[in-house]
Amino acid sequence: MLEEQSETNDNGSVAASHQSHEAPRIAVPGEVLVESKEILPGYGTYRQGDKIYSKLVGVVSSAARVIHIIPLSGVYVPRVGDYVVTEIKEVAFSFWNVDINSPYTAIMSSMDTAEYIPKQADLSRYFVPGDLVLAVVSAVTQSKYVNVSMKDSKCRKLIGGVVVHVTPSKVPRIIGKEGSMINLIKDKTKCYITVGQNGRVWLMGTHEDVALEAIAMVEKYAHTSGLTERISAYLDKALSGRGNAGPAGNQSEENIE
Amino acid sequence: MVTKKHDASENKAHSAAKEARPDGRKPDEMRDLKIEVGVIDRANGSAYVEFGNTHVIAAVYGPSTVHPRHLEDSQKAVLMCKYNMIPFSVNDRKKPGYDRRSIEISKVIKEALEPAIFLEEFPKTMINVEMEVIQADAGTRVTALTAAAVALADAGIPMRDLVSAVAAGRANGKIVVDLTKEEEDADDAVDMPMALMPNSGKISLLQMDGDASAEEIHQIIDMSKKVCLEIYEKQKEALKKKYKIAE
Repeated sequence: MLEEQSETNDNGSVAASHQSHEAPRIAVPGEVLVESKEILPGYGTYRQGDKIYSKLVGVVSSAARVIHIIPLSGVYVPRVGDYVVTEIKEVAFSFWNVDINSPYTAIMSSMDTAEYIPKQADLSRYFVPGDLVLAVVSAVTQSKYVNVSMKDSKCRKLIGGVVVHVTPSKVPRIIGKEGSMINLIKDKTKCYITVGQNGRVWLMGTHEDVALEAIAMVEKYAHTSGLTERISAYLDKALSGRGNAGPAGNQSEENIE
Repeated sequence: MVTKKHDASENKAHSAAKEARPDGRKPDEMRDLKIEVGVIDRANGSAYVEFGNTHVIAAVYGPSTVHPRHLEDSQKAVLMCKYNMIPFSVNDRKKPGYDRRSIEISKVIKEALEPAIFLEEFPKTMINVEMEVIQADAGTRVTALTAAAVALADAGIPMRDLVSAVAAGRANGKIVVDLTKEEEDADDAVDMPMALMPNSGKISLLQMDGDASAEEIHQIIDMSKKVCLEIYEKQKEALKKKYKIAE
């Protein structure tokens, strides 16, 4: 089984906040979350006077002295260090224009690929429009120019398989605490799965359909508790009666196992 | 379009102010309000709102890259609003496409929503708000605005506050809220659409059609504010309902 540790550069509190059994509190923009000078406004909130208001529709979560909102919708905004599933859009002279499922497009320089590309080389021999690449966000400027790079051991071209889109803010929930959710789906469906922080999920394997359904379920019920058990039960039910065939790793994936 | 028939007509303007409104509502009672969130799958956010017989669907697309490119702002997002009436939304078929009225309404809606949005969080992007009036029975701009605010929140766009809107005014000598087309056509009608950001209490849209005294205007504004808060509660409820999962 391909063991790539999916990145959780969220603070993991998403999963934590759902472990408690009380129903999650959902806030809407302009709603007063708390009235206190002791508590600090975190992501998705703003302060006005003594009160902290929500900016977004999302689950209210507090850690230590900070209150923040985990949004339930929204677009992906790139941050340095994020692993993203990108699509090559255009080949230029010394870089590629890539789509990162965000309002902002990104650039991957020929110097930022895993292998050495000589100057003046024809870049379309390496990646052509339509290729999927797992890359890491290497720079984001103030004016939102984004660079991605493949100079990281986890980055690679994604060959074959299928891609689904999920709400970017729910990615930490799909990965789960320390990868618990995604590893559960990987183990049971015997699929290769790569979750990009930008909300693109790439997967390949015999039971792709079951894995896709499981991911759709996690997305739909992201703000409810006890989800891991529910997904586990669903996977067992959906997979019963199917042969326990190993991963259909045919292409370049085969030797990684 | 469904229009209720009412027997009372001509002598209404002369009769006592105590008489009930054509559809039997109290002066400060709005029409049946229905809000549904997430009605369009492919939009980032969407909402469907009914103010009685006025039905509007709103969709939000974005933040996304700006087209046409010259409108791009390197400091903040660009908000684009499109208000449109579907040809069959009124009794006499409306000629499709943009006209003076829809361009004006698109502009005032844009300006009513802008103060509620943290546009600076998404520089170099645009947010598209599209509102389609499916059925019209007066008050379409406020219905569209109420729907647009909910759709924006549904799209995950950071907002200071929601925006709730209602039209109030005077019909047949009485100050009333949420006028129907029938009331709006009264001889002495005053129509005053208003949008309120409920938490801050700030008014982001105020227009008026007709003549009214200063005292009447104050009365109308006070009544609108009260009703806007009722609408706000319904907006909040609708947004929260989308994520309520039956166990």
